[in-house]
Amino acid sequence: MLGGCDAVVLNPAGDVAVQQRDLVLIATALMLLIIIPVMALTVLFAWRYRKSNTNAEYDPEFDHSTMLELVIWSAPLLIIICLGAVTWTSTHLLDPYRPIERTAPGQPVAAGVKPLEVQVVALDWKWLFIYPEQGIATVNELALPVDRPVEFRLTGTSVMNAFYIPAMAGMIYTMPGMETKLHAVLNREGTFKGLSSHYSGAGFSGMHFPVFALQQNGFDQWVEKVRTSQAGQGKGRGQLTRAAFLTVEKPSEYVPAMYYNGVQGGLFDRVVNRCVAENTPCMSDVMMHDRRTGGGDPHKMKVGEGNPPVNNTGPMHGERTKGALEKSPEEFQTSPHQSKEPLPSNGAQEPGDIKNRRMSFLSIPQTPGPQTLGHAGAGRG
Amino acid sequence: MDNIIKTIFGRLSIESLPIHEPIVVGTFLGVAVGGIAVLALITKFKLWGYLWKEWFTTVDHKRIGIMYMILGIVMLLRGFADALMMRGQQAIAFGDNQGFLNSHHYDQVFTAHGVIMIFFVAMPIITGLMNYVVPLQIGARDVSFPYLNNLSFWMTAGGVVLVMASLFIGEFARTGWLAFPPLSELDFSPDVGVDYYIWALQVAGVGTTLSGINLIATIIKMRAPGMTMMKLPVFCWTSLCANVLIVASFPVLTATLVLLSLDRYVGTNFFTNNLGGNPMMYVNLIWIWGHPEVYILILPLFGVFSEVTSTFSGKRLFGYTSMVYATIVITILSYLVWLHHFFTMGSGASVNSFFGITTMVISIPTGAKIFNWLFTMYKGRIRFELPMMWTIAFMLTFTIGGMTGVLLAVPPADFVLHNSLFLIAHFHNVIIGGVLFGAFAAINYWWPKAFGFKLNQFWGKVSFWLWVVGFWVAFTPLYVMGLMGVTRRLHHFDDPSLQIWFVIAAFGALMIAGGIGAFLVQIGVSIWKKEELRDVTGDPWNGRTLEWATSSPPPDYNFAFTPVIHELDAWYDMKDKKAQAPTEGYRAIHMPKNTGTGVIIAGLSTAFGFGMIWYMWWLAAIALIGVVVVAIWHTFNYDRDFYIPVEEVVATESERRRLLGQGA
Repeated sequence: MLGGCDAVVLNPAGDVAVQQRDLVLIATALMLLIIIPVMALTVLFAWRYRKSNTNAEYDPEFDHSTMLELVIWSAPLLIIICLGAVTWTSTHLLDPYRPIERTAPGQPVAAGVKPLEVQVVALDWKWLFIYPEQGIATVNELALPVDRPVEFRLTGTSVMNAFYIPAMAGMIYTMPGMETKLHAVLNREGTFKGLSSHYSGAGFSGMHFPVFALQQNGFDQWVEKVRTSQAGQGKGRGQLTRAAFLTVEKPSEYVPAMYYNGVQGGLFDRVVNRCVAENTPCMSDVMMHDRRTGGGDPHKMKVGEGNPPVNNTGPMHGERTKGALEKSPEEFQTSPHQSKEPLPSNGAQEPGDIKNRRMSFLSIPQTPGPQTLGHAGAGRG
Repeated sequence: MDNIIKTIFGRLSIESLPIHEPIVVGTFLGVAVGGIAVLALITKFKLWGYLWKEWFTTVDHKRIGIMYMILGIVMLLRGFADALMMRGQQAIAFGDNQGFLNSHHYDQVFTAHGVIMIFFVAMPIITGLMNYVVPLQIGARDVSFPYLNNLSFWMTAGGVVLVMASLFIGEFARTGWLAFPPLSELDFSPDVGVDYYIWALQVAGVGTTLSGINLIATIIKMRAPGMTMMKLPVFCWTSLCANVLIVASFPVLTATLVLLSLDRYVGTNFFTNNLGGNPMMYVNLIWIWGHPEVYILILPLFGVFSEVTSTFSGKRLFGYTSMVYATIVITILSYLVWLHHFFTMGSGASVNSFFGITTMVISIPTGAKIFNWLFTMYKGRIRFELPMMWTIAFMLTFTIGGMTGVLLAVPPADFVLHNSLFLIAHFHNVIIGGVLFGAFAAINYWWPKAFGFKLNQFWGKVSFWLWVVGFWVAFTPLYVMGLMGVTRRLHHFDDPSLQIWFVIAAFGALMIAGGIGAFLVQIGVSIWKKEELRDVTGDPWNGRTLEWATSSPPPDYNFAFTPVIHELDAWYDMKDKKAQAPTEGYRAIHMPKNTGTGVIIAGLSTAFGFGMIWYMWWLAAIALIGVVVVAIWHTFNYDRDFYIPVEEVVATESERRRLLGQGA
């Protein structure tokens, strides 16, 4: 039935997604064992015991049968026991945090093979991919070598998204200030679709990207192409420095691919720890500082000790947003009805463009905005 | 000057009105013209006094129940209009065509659709049903706290007023129906949308919680003598469990929204990205309410299906005891599964498997219930009246929805289907196939009790077939597209090969629109031809439970004598033993008096919400003080009850006997 259309979930290109597909089919088959009889009996009983059929037995007092009760409780129970066992094992085997052990049935990952690491940052509303091994980064274009395990490390900058390449593996949320992981592999050459599958605001519909599954030499050529790209030419944007990141993270919609021929070291960790902007302390440093106050003993640590002293310093992670009750009337922005926006409907593709104001943010978010802090708490500044 | 204006009007300005938005302006004109026409008619026929005295201020559980139903059905039209706009947008917005809604408007539409359908359609309908039926089924004269019941209704209506106001003044949230932070935080949603969401739910939530307390007290304390818990009609059991869930879970929602409002109003950092906030905490908290909520919706309808199957099969319900225990097990388990809504948020494998398996376990008692209905039909004499047709459609539709639900409970399968249109199809499959089909079964079933005449069968059948077929036409394409990796909440697509599926789905939505239209026609035609459909017996279906023992519509006092119960299916037992109602020995009946306090408190609460939404602090402060003052003032109102004189009772009861004599 689904042959005509591209039911990618049922016909994926990566081993993890194939196993997930198999699980969908097994679980459905197990449940049909009970669903089909129930539906058939419903129709049968409704027909057989219709009022006009006076031949059928009528027993208005029939309301209990221990035997039947046993069957109707134990039949679903048995199915759920089977399904529960399948669930327990498959959930552990297909845990996205677990490094994959095979790239295809019968092809175990050899010891010592290092997966390709790709760092993923969900921005408003586009995806940033950093290849630390290759020293390059791209926006809204992902290329992967086939049959090599891939380890995605994922985070976000503003709101929640979910990173999903249906042909490759299941989705996983990307969240600001947190890191999630996904292990997967692609087995087939081709171009697949990647997308955000968790609603994230106005530009959400345009937040998708092509995934190129390439043979190793094709992948090397692609890497070379990104590495030799020049700022301002074609997709080239030059180096992905911290400053360049703060520009690209600003909201934009339907963003075409961008190439960065170099990446400043530790950028992903800074994004996770919310300290890309100058003079913002990293969460990890604050936590370590807290920990040290207890001499390394977690029971003695003082939470908050790593915070900057109260006076004369700026806030720790970005300006605290003032609550409505703290504002004086002149600070109120009137809340216009937004849909009378006179600008073209499709938002803007350039981060920071004024047209983006028609989208989710009335004001460009300040996280992690440029700050000037008196304190040098961030050891990595 | 600017400061004074902002102090008075807060964020509200002429800009806040959607005067440049043709769709909204058109809707507003329609609503305004219709509203003025209704108001004019009410004034012309001098109905204001009647409405105020007999309906708005009533404490009669039957009238409050009917008002809840009307509220739910009116809001169904609004929520469904949103659904049609979504289906229309998705059917045309491919490639260069941006459709007729921009993302800004579309995102409000799907948020409003979800919020309205759950909080202001499904909840009022089930609360209305429980309000109307529970006291009658347990042989009571009213609920435990009649005034509280009136207040609950008006608080729910207050929430409705706020949601509807957002259509014409400012705008609604663009966050999805659960308003997950950080998107719903001030940083990313600084306008009034999320504030409308928060205060509409908070005001209505007070009503829901109070009504839950009220119905629990009613079922525990007001049962007729002899009605032990194991002789309680199944609908009352499922209502009891649903209300226990309401009382246990709605405070969680209230607290969660309070934390979100603190973030937005006083600058705390519970769910923000920075300064130690944790958005994942909100997701957990809201689903700890949210999962029990779906059982709050479905459990009372499970009760309806039990009553209907048993009545129209002409049989006792099969496995009453196991039905009751299945309901209790579902009630408890519904608290142990919330994490299955976000397996993909990155919890470890053991946590995911635990919640996956607890979710599957719920399907065991639910499956047992389906089997029990099946064996109630077995060896029965099934009359295919409308309620029974809806029940059969439910059994066939809901099992599919249950199956896809268990599939989504397998975490690795959920990884590929979560947030996709498959998920959308699944939960519409259980909510439409369960809650809505159940609501239609219930309306067709109890309408003659409430109004004394049956509903027209022809239009009922038209509505039935359009709904059932329309449902499958609308949602099968969504299942298919889920398997194609298409995600939810998109307002525009690049891939033109998907369009055909959305066009089919839109056609299905139009069929459902026809179903809703036919339902309204059914009510209209039935009222028009009510003399032909009249039932004077009070028992048109050969019912089994106590509500059929009294006249239709029941007198204000429900039962002249409190019935004494010996058996489950009490009314069937009475008919079986040929019990005769006494014809003398009537006494004056003690009844609660109507009060307008509920309307006033709910009105002030709504004004408080409006003030908070628009930062009109003076309005919020005055309204809040008003609520407290009126509530205290009401405690000094000692004029709360009256007696229906014995002559009136005698007259009512002899008139009923006269009609019964005619019928026989």
